[in-house]
Amino acid sequence: MTAALLNTAVLPTPFLVLENLLEATQSGELPYHLGVTLYRLAISFFLAMLLGIAIGLILGRYKKTSLFFDSWLIILLNVPALVTIILCYIWFGLVETAAIFAVVINKLPNVIVIIREGAKNLDETLIEMAKAYRFSRFQTLRHVIFPQLYPYIMASARTGLALIWKIVLVVELLGRSNGMGYQIHLFFQLFDITSILAYTVSFIVVIQLIETTILKPLDKKSQRWK
Amino acid sequence: MSQLTVDIKRKIYPQNGNKAAFVAIKDLRFELSSNEFVCIVGPSGCGKTTLLNIIAQLDQQFDGVIQWDNNSAEIKSSYVFQTPRLLPWRSVMENIQLANNNQNSFASMKSLLQKLGLENNLDSFPNHLSLGMQRRVALARAFCVQSDILLMDEPFVSLDQPTARKARELLLALWQEQPRCIIFVTHDLNEAIELADRVVFLSESPSSVAGDIDITIPRDKRYAKNIAAFKQQLSTSHPSLNHLI
Repeated sequence: MTAALLNTAVLPTPFLVLENLLEATQSGELPYHLGVTLYRLAISFFLAMLLGIAIGLILGRYKKTSLFFDSWLIILLNVPALVTIILCYIWFGLVETAAIFAVVINKLPNVIVIIREGAKNLDETLIEMAKAYRFSRFQTLRHVIFPQLYPYIMASARTGLALIWKIVLVVELLGRSNGMGYQIHLFFQLFDITSILAYTVSFIVVIQLIETTILKPLDKKSQRWK
Repeated sequence: MSQLTVDIKRKIYPQNGNKAAFVAIKDLRFELSSNEFVCIVGPSGCGKTTLLNIIAQLDQQFDGVIQWDNNSAEIKSSYVFQTPRLLPWRSVMENIQLANNNQNSFASMKSLLQKLGLENNLDSFPNHLSLGMQRRVALARAFCVQSDILLMDEPFVSLDQPTARKARELLLALWQEQPRCIIFVTHDLNEAIELADRVVFLSESPSSVAGDIDITIPRDKRYAKNIAAFKQQLSTSHPSLNHLI
């Protein structure tokens, strides 16, 4: 409402933003850049989750390894995202792999820490039961351990998605020539605030879609037994 | 007739932080003939669960041997724990199938569950069942597995009297149908006399065998009166076991 009243270049009206959003969608520009960003997001998200779950599980189950890697984990967790991104670009060049690697490195310690907590709190009596009934390793993992880690995995997926969005955009801004981050940088130089807001709205929509079509149903299905 | 020898020379829980090392079992030895039903009675904390975990090969840190006399075949055991230990996120049927590992047909599992009165709960989740039913599921799981020995660790505690009696009857019926060795740990001597062919008494820790008594009452005459008389007779003939009777 404030925006509608003021109607300045710094705070455009919602109507203008919407118009801009439709235009950018029709021209194919927004879907292209959003697509590129989503692609980077998906790859780095799954890589970080897979590696994080595996490493977190190992650290949670074996106390000695956990102690050994503890300080490393704290360091990795607290190195500023910008530092790792720039280092990755310097070491690997301004390439796609460097971009994705930088995102994964930023997200990974986060997943490890959350999953490690989960792995420390596994129900030993059920693991003993699985041993007594000679479950295979895979069966134990799938039917005994994984369901117990589920809440931790969901927590790290939700916080992870949020974090990765932010980092992917910075990565694109610094060293890629497409994607949302690159576009927003461009709009910044042109002082095109309407477009910046239009792009922001588009990814709020995407996030809501992911939440309602993927995460919520998954939650519901996995809570049936409670 | 093969025989299982349980011979544990020593089981120590090593020192851990402030807790000193603790000898749980010392020179515990008994034999088990095939299809025999043995109850183990002992004071609480004497190492009964430790003993079962060793026989189930969950715990392999001990001095001694557990083996069949005729050969070195592996010991196939199934285990009914003190709590049901079902996977809460899997249905009753899935819980049983997982343990069973495709050894038995679906039909035979179903008929077993029918005998235990669970035929309407195949797809229920354990948390939606009463404790008595959960214990019956655990019992079904143990009998679905092809095992030579069934280990039971106070499987009917915290059930009310009628439910526990019914569970005992079901256990005996299943055992007579699918005979196998049973080692049944309990602290209730009445329960032991009602169920067992033989009762093994354990001493305070470090535990060893304090007494080994055959139950001479025929199975169809194990009423409360006869059990009480048997206990009376036991306490006069074995005064050293009095604190357990």
